[in-house]
This record gives sequence, C-alpha cells and structure tokens, in this order.
Amino acid sequence: MNRIELHNITKRYPGCIANQSVDLVVAAGEIHALLGENGAGKSTLMKIIYGVVKPDAGHILWDGQAIAIKGASHARDLGIGMVFQHFSLFETLTVAENISLSLPPKTDANMEALKARILSVSERYGMRLDPDRQVHSLSVGEQQRVEIVRCLLQDVKLLILDEPTSVLTPQEVTVLFRTLAQLAAEGCSILFISHKLDEVRALCDTATILRNGKVSGDCDPKVTATSDIARLMVGDETPLNENYVKAEPLDSRVSRLMVKQLSARALDAFSCPLRDVSFDVKSGEILGIAGVAGNGQEELLNLISGEQTSAASSVLFDEVQVGRLGPAERRQLGLGFVPEERLGRGAVPNMSLQDNTLLTAYQSGLLSAGGWVQTNRVVSYARSIIERFNVKTAGVSAPAKSLSGGNLQKFILGREILQNPTILVCSHPTWGVDIGAAILIRHALIALRDQGAAVLVVSEDIDELYAISDRIGAICDGRLSPIDSVSKVSIGQLGQWMAGDFNGPELSGVTAASQQNNERELSV
Amino acid sequence: MSFLMPLRIEKRASDSQVMAVLSPLMAMILTLVTGAAVFASLGHAPGEALYTFFILPLSDVYGWTELGVKVAPLLLCAMGLMVCFKAKIWNIGAEGQFIIGALGGGYLALELAAFESAWALPLVLFFGASCGLAWAALAAFLKTRFAANEILTTIMLNYIALNLLLFAVHGPLKDPDGYSFPESALFSDFTMLPLISEDYRLNISVFFALAAVAIIWTLMARTFIGFQISVLGEDASAARFAGFKEKRLVWFSLLVCGALAGLAGVSEVSGPIGQLNPYVSPGYGYTAIIVVFLGRMHPLGMVGASMLLALTYMGGEMVQMDLSLPKSITGLFQGMLLFYLLACDFLIGYRFVARGHLTGASDGS
Repeated sequence: MNRIELHNITKRYPGCIANQSVDLVVAAGEIHALLGENGAGKSTLMKIIYGVVKPDAGHILWDGQAIAIKGASHARDLGIGMVFQHFSLFETLTVAENISLSLPPKTDANMEALKARILSVSERYGMRLDPDRQVHSLSVGEQQRVEIVRCLLQDVKLLILDEPTSVLTPQEVTVLFRTLAQLAAEGCSILFISHKLDEVRALCDTATILRNGKVSGDCDPKVTATSDIARLMVGDETPLNENYVKAEPLDSRVSRLMVKQLSARALDAFSCPLRDVSFDVKSGEILGIAGVAGNGQEELLNLISGEQTSAASSVLFDEVQVGRLGPAERRQLGLGFVPEERLGRGAVPNMSLQDNTLLTAYQSGLLSAGGWVQTNRVVSYARSIIERFNVKTAGVSAPAKSLSGGNLQKFILGREILQNPTILVCSHPTWGVDIGAAILIRHALIALRDQGAAVLVVSEDIDELYAISDRIGAICDGRLSPIDSVSKVSIGQLGQWMAGDFNGPELSGVTAASQQNNERELSV
Repeated sequence: MSFLMPLRIEKRASDSQVMAVLSPLMAMILTLVTGAAVFASLGHAPGEALYTFFILPLSDVYGWTELGVKVAPLLLCAMGLMVCFKAKIWNIGAEGQFIIGALGGGYLALELAAFESAWALPLVLFFGASCGLAWAALAAFLKTRFAANEILTTIMLNYIALNLLLFAVHGPLKDPDGYSFPESALFSDFTMLPLISEDYRLNISVFFALAAVAIIWTLMARTFIGFQISVLGEDASAARFAGFKEKRLVWFSLLVCGALAGLAGVSEVSGPIGQLNPYVSPGYGYTAIIVVFLGRMHPLGMVGASMLLALTYMGGEMVQMDLSLPKSITGLFQGMLLFYLLACDFLIGYRFVARGHLTGASDGS
C-alpha cells in the first residue's frame, strides 16, 4: 500500500510557481529520494506534506484516504515527522527538555519516563543520546539525532529529512544511513531530500527529480546512470563538465598566507576556541579545509579576514605581519574574502548590486580623493562583474536579496576576484548553489589559482574539496589536522581528521615529514 | 479569537514600496479623524476646530513666516538625527544637544554683550554648535568605550541638559536687573541673527536649515562616509566584513547631529527668543524624531514633515487663543501622528488577508 500519494499539486507564489502539477507516491517502508537543485521546489513540496503550506490545487492521499493536512500538529498526529535542515532546538535546554517541548500537551509530563524512552529509542536505532546533555554541548550530528529521536518517539510513519547529510562527517553519514535503513525495514516510509547523487544511490529505493517546480523524472537511482539523473536535475542547457586540473608541484612556490600558532579564546558559550593552528597557503595552490560546521572554521576565518584580531605575528600575508590589522588594511594587502553568509555579511540584502560592489571594492579606484563616490566607475565595475561571472539579474540597481543564492555567490566571488587578490579566502563557496553556478565558481577559483593567487577554501562539501584542492586538511574542535596533498589523503583518513583523530595509523609518518617540510619553508 | 477576526496577518514576500509612501498619508488622515473626534468630544465643531488648528495659522504672510521660524530648528535637528538613524544609532538626544547649544551659545552671547563686532555672532553660533557637539560626544564616548545603549544615555543627558539650563537661568546667568525672573539679560544686537524682514521674526536660521538639507543629502547620497553609515545601519556585519570602522562612524554620526542640534539651539536663543529662559525648546529635539520618520528619512520628505510638525505648534497656540483649549493639544497631535505612523508602517512588511483565503508567506523555494 502507498503511505502517501500527492496528485497534481500546484503551489503559486507571487512571481513564481513553486510546484506545478507535481505527483509523488511513497510506498510504505520505502526510502524515496526527492532530488533537485536549489529552487526546484523541494522545500515547498515538503512544507505542503507537513501541512505548513497549503497547495493551491491538487489532492493528497494518506494511507489511501483523501486528506487535507491542516497544519504541522495535524501532520504529526498522522505520523509525519520532519527533520529540517536548520534545527529547531533550544541550545540552553537539555535533550530531554527539548523533546518534551515538542510532545503533544496531553502527554504525561513525567521527565524520568521520558528520559528512559529517549535512551531506549536512541539505542535501538544506533544513535546514542544522553538525555541530560545541554543541546549546545552536542555536535551538529548529535543535534540532528535529537531531531530524529523526537520524531521517532511519536510513532512516525513517514519521516522527511531535508538535506540531512550536509552537516555530517562521512562516518556520521554511515550511521545515519544504517538507522534509516532499519526504520524502513520496520515499515516507516522515508522521504530523503538531497542534491547529492551518490548518497541517494547508496540509500534510496526510488527517486523523484524536480526541476523548476515540475517533476522531470522518476527513476531507480541504483540503476540509472548518475549523469542521466544529473541531466534531469539541471536540464539540457547547463554544462556538466567538471574537469578540474590540479596545480603543478608546489615545492618552489612562496607562501602567500601563513598562519602561525594561532590560538584564540572562545568569545561566547557557543563559539569554538582555536588551539595552536598553523598552516600556510602557497602562491598558485588551493588549500582545502574540511570540517563539520562549528569546529572553529568561523573563528579561524574571522581572524584571517581581520574582523577579529590576534597577535601580529600569528597571521602573515606575503611575510607582512597582519594579525593586528583590520579588514580594510588586509584587503589593501591583497586579501579577497568570500564569507559563508552571503546576505547579511557578504552583501547587504536591501542595497543594490551597485552599492554592494562598492562595499568591498572601494579600494579599487571607485573613490575620488575627497571621499566622493565615483558612481560611473562603480556602475561599470558592477556591470563587468555581472558580465564576466554570468550573474543573472535585472541590473545593477537590483537589490542583492532579489538574486538567487547561486547568482549572488557568483556576484560576490566576482567582486572579490576582479580586485585581483593575491590571497582569496572562501567559506563554503558553493553551499546552496545550483550545479551550473557551482561549476562556474569552482572554475573561477582554479583560474585565480593559476594566476598565482593563494586560495583557501573552507567547506563541508568533501567532494568539492577533493575536486578543486591541491592540498587538504580538516579542522575539529579548534585544532587543525595535518595537511597533505589531496592524492595522499584518503576519504577515510579525512573523515578521521574531521572527527578529531589526527594520529590515525594511516599517515602518521607522512604527517611528521610534511610538518617538518612546512617548518623548513617557514624559516626560509 | 478566529471567529472574531475575519482577517489574519501575513508577512509580505517583500516590503511594499507603495505602503512606505502611503503610510505617512494614512497616518495623517487617521490623525485628522481622531483629532476631529477629540474636538467634538470637547464640545467644538470638529470641522471648525480642525480649520482653526491647521488652516487658520497659515492664512496670512505672518503665519508663513512663523512657520519658517519653527521649521528651521526642527529641520536642523531632524537632518542630524537622520544621519544617526540611518546608521541605526538611536539618538534621542537632539533635545539635550539643542538645549546645551542654546545654553553655551547664550552664555557666550552674554559674555560678548559689549563686544560690538561683526565677529560676535559667528563666534556665538560656532560656540553653540560646538557645545551641542560636545554634548553628543558624551553619548558617543559612552557608546564606543563602554557599549552603553545610546537610547538610555541620550535620554538621561537630555534631563541633565535641561537641569543645567534651569540652574543657569535661576543662578549664574540670571539677569541682575530682571526682577528675579529666571531669565538672562537680553542679548546685544551684535549677537542676534539678522532678520529676513524687519516686520517678521523669521531670521536667516531658515537658510542654515536649508543648507543642512543640501549638505546632509549630498553626504548621504554621494560620499563614501555616507555610504558607510547606510551600510552600518542596514547590515552591521557587512560593515565589519568590509572593514568599515564602526566606532568612527558612531562618533561621526553623533557629532554631526550634536553640532546641528546645537546650532538649532543657539539660533533659537540668538533669534526669536533673544535671551536664555527655561523654555528655549518646546520639545523641538523630540519632535524632530517624528519629522525624520514621517519624512521617510528622505531630505525632501523631511522638509514637508517639518512643515507639518511646525504647523502643529502653531495650531496648538491658535486653538488656545480662539477656542480656549489647552496648548498641549500640540503634543496630542504630534503623539497621534507618531502612533499612527508606527501602526501604519506595520503594513509595509505585513498585510491583512481574509481568513480561509490561501496564500503562502515564504519564498518559492
């Protein structure tokens, strides 16, 4: 029997159609993938199933019965559980307190019984959880477990997971998949939203692919070729060529960016202290740093960008000590920076692209001596970003928030690259970006590298790091793993590093040697 | 509740530009309607009372010149406040900066009573503006050094400023020949602002205000520092990311406002008042806040708003004279205007929809 059937679902928003005549059938005990690029309409469809958004047309069958899902609590009563990409947990409460808040009010408020249930359910599905831990002390992977266990406590028949693996290490992904397979074997249907094809291939029985709000195809992901699925996702126009060339051997290159024994205290209860981080990025290479979010990436990047300062000698650009300088001074020395938050840091949401060009490019001849803005030059600078990086927008006066994630990221990256940085730091460069834009962005990074810039990429997307990096490492709990050439670091090794195990048996000898190498280069 | 409320509130997909313009107009209409009801409840024919309040004051040239007398200080304070508010620095202290400007400038005017030179007036004006600037500097220091909330510090500094003025006119600056009234001596002609016409009180401070409009407009629209101020207000983390010096911008915004409010204050005592007394400001520094928001932080809008708010002062005096109503009706109208404006501004980001009518609130992803 089919657990849920969606027929002809249409949802319009002012100016766009999020879902158009979408059909989706999920059988009982089936793991069903919903694939599509950002903006394809996956989230809207999920919200319709979860009752948060009402469709304009179409009907839904639940266990064979026509039904109108009235809201999230109605959906939960039916047995629909949802794990959102962004968790809805109170960080200062314990696991058990968080879960008790989401239970129906009629449930008995006996905390001890609840804790026992949390323990038994979490162990049964192989995701151990301590009900007394405060949520802020949990890793992101563990927080996700809280969300899943919260659903499982309520006799769930359909579990929806929105991009659940984007925050996990490879090892955590394995554990999650085991849990999901076990749930499916017990008859629970699972709707797995993703844009990572290899994960879908490993986990899912069937897949529905959305493009531009319409179903572009259904397939068995274990059988259908990856390239065929990707083509269904992006359409015929987007090139899928991902042929990235690695840099030439690096031995003789100079270090452009050096970080030496950088430590930093945690600024608040939720930030991560940095412990003795040292690395360098050479001219003409891309260094990739992997890691699960919240392990010190943000702190490290702030210290490199100058938004936070450190001891002068901890950060060096081309052998100039910059640890005490602010962002403007560091930009003057050749730094370009693409932050993780595009709206609300990398760009001002309500300001035009023209103004957002001026935001960081003001040192590139856009001002006259008296501090006057040279509007003509700003406009032509903005136009050249839009042209060279193929930014789809209404024009230079369109506000930044009107751009899609991919187009805004192309704009921000273009703005930084056109300033000819000698050091470019990118945080999650293609997070939430459609495939076409992601490919363009990666090629732009490689082109910049080939011009001799030092490029540092911090990302949670391991595939991307392997694709474009020349050397790779990981950060965990504020400490940096050894760094080595991509060809010498296996995915398993990187996963160990991401989990904080830097002394794994695989590469210990090489590690020591490469660190010595680094030190020798520093002293030259 | 749902059966009582056939409408529900829904967030708009994006802010409504139409409502941003309509909101002040709606606020004005609602203020007029409520004002009419207030007049009616006080036993006056609403139409006639509103006519007395809003039209009668401008029925002759004198009325228009008096409007200018009140527009000048309002607009000077408002232009300064706009710079702060653009940076989301909630300076409520224009009133105190106005009073200190009046007090400082007035003190120098009294000291220079025998200084019969064309330099006397510029010195007085410059000193008054500097005093206002220094008063704002206190708030800037507290904010940048100790992260003290500027709303609290500037309000408290307003009271300190008022009490300093009261102390001065009851004590050291009291006119020895003034029959013990809490007033200073009259300023000499050399420290008084030139009148535009001998028949009216309107003086050249209205040109200061218009110059301030032009200068601040240019500053915000054409210069990099104005751009940085806008970015700081729109998105402080983008400003930090871009390397703008936040503390420097806080100092700059507050000092600009302090200097303009101080200039407004000294222009008031060197103009229509001509001496120091406890009533140098009828709340211009507070009313200027309404001017900024009613004018949508746009220089032209603020010119219009300052005229309307100036009119509420004159209307209050007019209904006091003609209808024997208290002058505090001015405050009532100003308060209603701000109240309705804030309420109507809600409609910029939200809208009412009929219950049962299905629309989505989020983006189409």
